Amino acid sequence: MSKTIKILGTGCTKCQLMTNVVKEVISENNIEANIEKVEDIMEIMKYNVMSTPALVIDDVISIKGRIPSKNEILELLK
Amino acid sequence: MFNWIQNIADWFVYDVLNLEKGQHLAEALNFFIYDTTKILILLFIVIFFMGIVNSYFPIDKVKNFLSRNKLYGLEYLMASLFGVVTPFCSCSSVPLFIGFVRGGIPLGVTFAFLITSPLVNEVAIGLFVGLFGLKMTIIYVVSGILLGTISDVILKKLKLEPFLTPWVKEVLANAQREQDVFIAEQQTLKQRLPIIWAEVLKILKGIIPFVIIGIAIGGLMHGYIPEGFFEQYMDKDNLFAVPIATILAVPMYSNASGILPVVQVLVAKGIPIGTAIAFMMGVVGLSLPEAMLLKKVMSLKLIAIFFGVVTLCIIISGYLFNLIL
Repeated sequence: MSKTIKILGTGCTKCQLMTNVVKEVISENNIEANIEKVEDIMEIMKYNVMSTPALVIDDVISIKGRIPSKNEILELLK
Repeated sequence: MFNWIQNIADWFVYDVLNLEKGQHLAEALNFFIYDTTKILILLFIVIFFMGIVNSYFPIDKVKNFLSRNKLYGLEYLMASLFGVVTPFCSCSSVPLFIGFVRGGIPLGVTFAFLITSPLVNEVAIGLFVGLFGLKMTIIYVVSGILLGTISDVILKKLKLEPFLTPWVKEVLANAQREQDVFIAEQQTLKQRLPIIWAEVLKILKGIIPFVIIGIAIGGLMHGYIPEGFFEQYMDKDNLFAVPIATILAVPMYSNASGILPVVQVLVAKGIPIGTAIAFMMGVVGLSLPEAMLLKKVMSLKLIAIFFGVVTLCIIISGYLFNLIL
């Protein structure tokens, strides 16, 4: 089943980095997923996240405030 | 403590490169090698230590603590202190602001956090220890915390809630002292270390170019500008020096790690320490990018008041340092 991945961030370098890492993991492992970048602050606040970037997988906040490693993302997507 | 680095720098410049002691080039190079090595080591230690503290003290925990406890005025100090251990990226300021408002934390306390979090951060502390020594670092940190605390008490007295943007007011109206359930990462230190380690390397990688450029410029000035050169232009009796230095500093943020090494040389060459500290607080604590982001939650007037009060406090502390140091 295809997963929905959301990356919450107001567009700073860290959020950009997070997006790149996630994209790499997905293409390297042929994972089926939709990546959506959420930059609107109102949307971000709905998730009650206080430190960006945050990674949301199927509406569950998995990581916030830091950039995860590739392995970590892979674990989370399994 | 750092004699061994000086020995390495001496050995490299005077023996390996065979430059003559006392030459401008030799002195500049020696200063550069010594300072870069020392500062990178200190930055590494401080960032690593703060990384550990932060891993156990995530922002959500801080928020819950502040909204749970009634502290009778102490919350300003607490928020300032928490600001010190929390890493701050100006792009996080808005979500953080809303999170605090939503948690029913008073606006003044939220400001305390917004002021000290960038002002006293791990990179600034690391650079400070390396460039100015421990005593100056403690003075900087303590005055940073006090500055945060005092500015907030002032900001609170001004009753600024009406100047928030409409949607934030709505959040404020619905605010409750809720305890967000958040899943704390239950990990042992051993599991945390790789994550902290990766973060440390990332931070260092981001600032090293600026630090090196800053020290290189500092090194050149160190070798070529005579001692006490600036005293004639910016002595303690010049009343305008502190405000001018502060106001010049506010728009510069991204290069804080590059600016500090230069400021250190300026101090060595005769700029009064209070003026220098005011300048650095302006550089590190307030920035235009942050102001642009805050526009989403505050009216321009509120941002102006916020920056105005903090700038004023910085200027006053600059004068104070010139008087006592």
